[in-house]
Amino acid sequence: MPAPIRLRELIRTIRTARTQAEEREMIQKECAAIRSSFREEDNTYRCRNVAKLLYMHMLGYPAHFGQLECLKLIASQKFTDKRIGYLGAMLLLDERQDVHLLMTNCIKNDLNHSTQYVQGLALCTLGCMGSSEMCRDLAGEVEKLLKTSNSYLRKKAALCAVHVIRKVPELMEMFLPATKNLLSEKNHGVLHTSVVLLTEMCERSPDMLAHFRKLVPQLVRILKNLIMSGYSPEHDVSGISDPFLQVRILRLLRILGKGDDDSSEAMNDILAQVATNTETSKNVGNAILYETVLTIMDIKSESGLRVLAINILGRFLLNNDKNIRYVALTSLLKTVQTDHNAVQRHRSTIVDCLKDLDVSIKRRAMELSFALVNGNNIRGMMKELLYFLDSCDPEFKADCASGVFLAAEKYAPSKRWHIDTIMRVLTTAGSYVRDDSVPNLIQLITNSVEMHAYTVQRLYKALLDDISQQPLVQVASWCIGEYGDLLVSGQCEEEEPIQVTEDEVLDVLEGLLVSNLSTPVTRGYALTAIMKLSTRFTSVNRIKKVVSIYGSSIDVELQQRAVEYNALFKKYDHMRPALLERMPIMEKTASNGPTEIVQTNGETEPSVVEAKHPPPVTQPTNQANDLLDLLGGNDVVPVIQNTVSTKPASAGGELLDLLGDLSLSGGTSPAPAPSVPTSQPSFFLDGLTSQPLFNDIAAAGIPPMTAYNKNGLKIDFTFERANPNPNIAVITIHASNSTEADMTDFVFQAAVPKTFQLQLLSPSSNVVPALNQGTVTQVIRVLNPQKQQLRMRIKLTYTHKGSAVQDLAEVNNFPPQSWQ
Amino acid sequence: MRFLLLFSRQGKLRLQKWFTSMSDREKKKIIRDMTTMVLARQARSCNFLQWKDLKIIYKRYASLYFCLAVESQENELLALEIIHRYVELLDKYFGNVCELDIIFNFEKAYFILDEFLMGGEIQETSKQIVNRSIEASDIPRYLKLAFTINNC
Repeated sequence: MPAPIRLRELIRTIRTARTQAEEREMIQKECAAIRSSFREEDNTYRCRNVAKLLYMHMLGYPAHFGQLECLKLIASQKFTDKRIGYLGAMLLLDERQDVHLLMTNCIKNDLNHSTQYVQGLALCTLGCMGSSEMCRDLAGEVEKLLKTSNSYLRKKAALCAVHVIRKVPELMEMFLPATKNLLSEKNHGVLHTSVVLLTEMCERSPDMLAHFRKLVPQLVRILKNLIMSGYSPEHDVSGISDPFLQVRILRLLRILGKGDDDSSEAMNDILAQVATNTETSKNVGNAILYETVLTIMDIKSESGLRVLAINILGRFLLNNDKNIRYVALTSLLKTVQTDHNAVQRHRSTIVDCLKDLDVSIKRRAMELSFALVNGNNIRGMMKELLYFLDSCDPEFKADCASGVFLAAEKYAPSKRWHIDTIMRVLTTAGSYVRDDSVPNLIQLITNSVEMHAYTVQRLYKALLDDISQQPLVQVASWCIGEYGDLLVSGQCEEEEPIQVTEDEVLDVLEGLLVSNLSTPVTRGYALTAIMKLSTRFTSVNRIKKVVSIYGSSIDVELQQRAVEYNALFKKYDHMRPALLERMPIMEKTASNGPTEIVQTNGETEPSVVEAKHPPPVTQPTNQANDLLDLLGGNDVVPVIQNTVSTKPASAGGELLDLLGDLSLSGGTSPAPAPSVPTSQPSFFLDGLTSQPLFNDIAAAGIPPMTAYNKNGLKIDFTFERANPNPNIAVITIHASNSTEADMTDFVFQAAVPKTFQLQLLSPSSNVVPALNQGTVTQVIRVLNPQKQQLRMRIKLTYTHKGSAVQDLAEVNNFPPQSWQ
Repeated sequence: MRFLLLFSRQGKLRLQKWFTSMSDREKKKIIRDMTTMVLARQARSCNFLQWKDLKIIYKRYASLYFCLAVESQENELLALEIIHRYVELLDKYFGNVCELDIIFNFEKAYFILDEFLMGGEIQETSKQIVNRSIEASDIPRYLKLAFTINNC
């Protein structure tokens, strides 16, 4: 067989291939030749063949049939063979193949070889890809070599030890004795790898960390020598002596000084020295400064040093070099939480970085800007951030918009400013805002009662300009549906009111329905808005027409809505005003981020409220009066708001079912089981409109009763009827305590027979004060469709005078009017 | 350090060094991701990227891109220096190194790398020592001598 072609020859040949197919052909031919050569067990050319195989592997072709050949090469006596063999092992083998274990013996022999270069090869291979088993077997050899006086081997052994520790952490102890005089080496290679080894050990074990703290003075001395020593040609990089070693020492100091006062103090001086003396004209110097800053911020440094560090970062921000600016922004982001004020000083520079051309820098600057926003600088910062939002790339817009919303929510100086800001975001980046911002915005708008006219006017004007941005369109159509009357009546205090007729408004909404730009969700919003206007506008006929047209729409969602609204016009016209009333103020749940509110007006899918705190049960009566005023203004029978908690107009949700069967939406009340006093989300509105409203409207006349009276705890029940549903009894419990000690952790639970459904709202508090100084109230709603006799079992738990008390009781003495 | 990749402007891989164990499929995917990301960068951008939980530092030397992936606590500016040091070592060995040198002598490039880095860390900070080791291990005469002495 002719001698296999040389490696360079092969490379040259393959590079002449003009197409992928041609290359593949050449490779296949050569692979076949190599395979037959391997089969012949040819020692002379094995090295050459494996080298060729490695080249082909780099091009992306399979080369696993060469794995065993690598092992044979490693076992050979020739250095060139070993070299290629080990390289092949590192490229083709890894710990996933069982084959690699066969290397262990070879490596062991080579670790004890007489030529240091062979030992070096073995150490290198072990240190790069040694598996846990190999490491376990060979750790002893590595440890031996760690103590040799040959610096070439010692440095490699140190890094090999690092790898062993990473793979088998339990073996760390083994290397401890050998570390004793590692730092007294003069050789920089050994010094560097020793510092790496020490760092690895300290990071993994707190005991080691405590043990090595005593090395801090020595490390400080080495670092000092590096800085103060004159020019050393061997280690010089642009005038700085061995920057790699300096950085590594700084990193180890960081780990040793963290959380430890003494160590931190011992390194204060050297850190200040490095920070002030390092040349900053080249990247090298800045790399060292960067590491110094990171160390200063992490250890318990004195405040002067910290200020120095942040100022260095501030200088970095002004550097021409992009990399340095990027690094500064990243570090400032890390420190903004702890040293907020110091970072604030550089705010204007950071904001300028928003205008940088580099994408990575822009992103960091944006994140940092949001972190720096506070109550004082909100107006200025928001101006810059909105300008940024206008001009930035699409990849930033979503994050920036969310950030703006969050910041505005936290620090808005006024409601008008808040709404203006939101409008700005919607009009400039409207298509990029997150889906949950629409409900959030709607809630915000609802709650800013005095701004309704202004808001709807601005949104209307925005719609006239542009209907392509769906979130904007959705919010706008919702608002027009709600506050269309304010729009048409032209009552706006904040700015010049515009003259709009009802027909113009309906034109716009109908335009949304037919436009190609509107998504199905948006169309849903528009249709509902049109429907709502039927109680606010006078041109009802036009609305009726639109609604009936969409009763035959192809879009099932739209069709269903239209059909239901149609029914509202025809059979249930008397309910229409009540259903389409103004929304009450929505309760906002605790927000650490995006809040979720229930869509109670039939828009989109209702998101379940995660009530982190139960909403307060008792609303101040004046708020209830406000609601009534609104009702009065609309010439409507004062109906309980909660009938408007329309089920989502989703498949199966019959609007009309609601009135007959309030408690079954979402199926959240576990019927006979006692409900814990955190309220169920689906009765969201009830939490707002419980007692006071009922008091105003209630069909009075059901006498109160005492349900329980024992051990000083008295529980009275008072009744109201939920109008107009006669099947629901609303019971308010009043718990009072005549003993001398408070009853804390008071929990009231109730269960009813299977034919009933029960809902417990949250209590006013869980402490019943002593000596009848106050009562705990809680509302229970009982649905009794079959008009059976109301019975209840109650369970009371509380802590009284240090001991826990629990009691069960039956309540059977309900007055007949409460359930008939 | 997690890995070091060298690739040309057309995305052809010239050297791959992995410092952690990974399956072939993962390696191929990473190579694809890196080449796409780095080659898409504009001319005057900064040399740093964020990719998953790693920091990617890349630098272009003539027609070759050097791409280094480090963990989040490592120093990016120093990583640039590490790349530069490797290029200097190649330059000293090959004399005015160019891409072709690395293509035709890839195994030498690996040998030099293995004298400079090991297991993701720097093993020697002195340029001269690294170069001397490589040149010494190249000279067969020396090695043959070393072998014969030992075998006596």
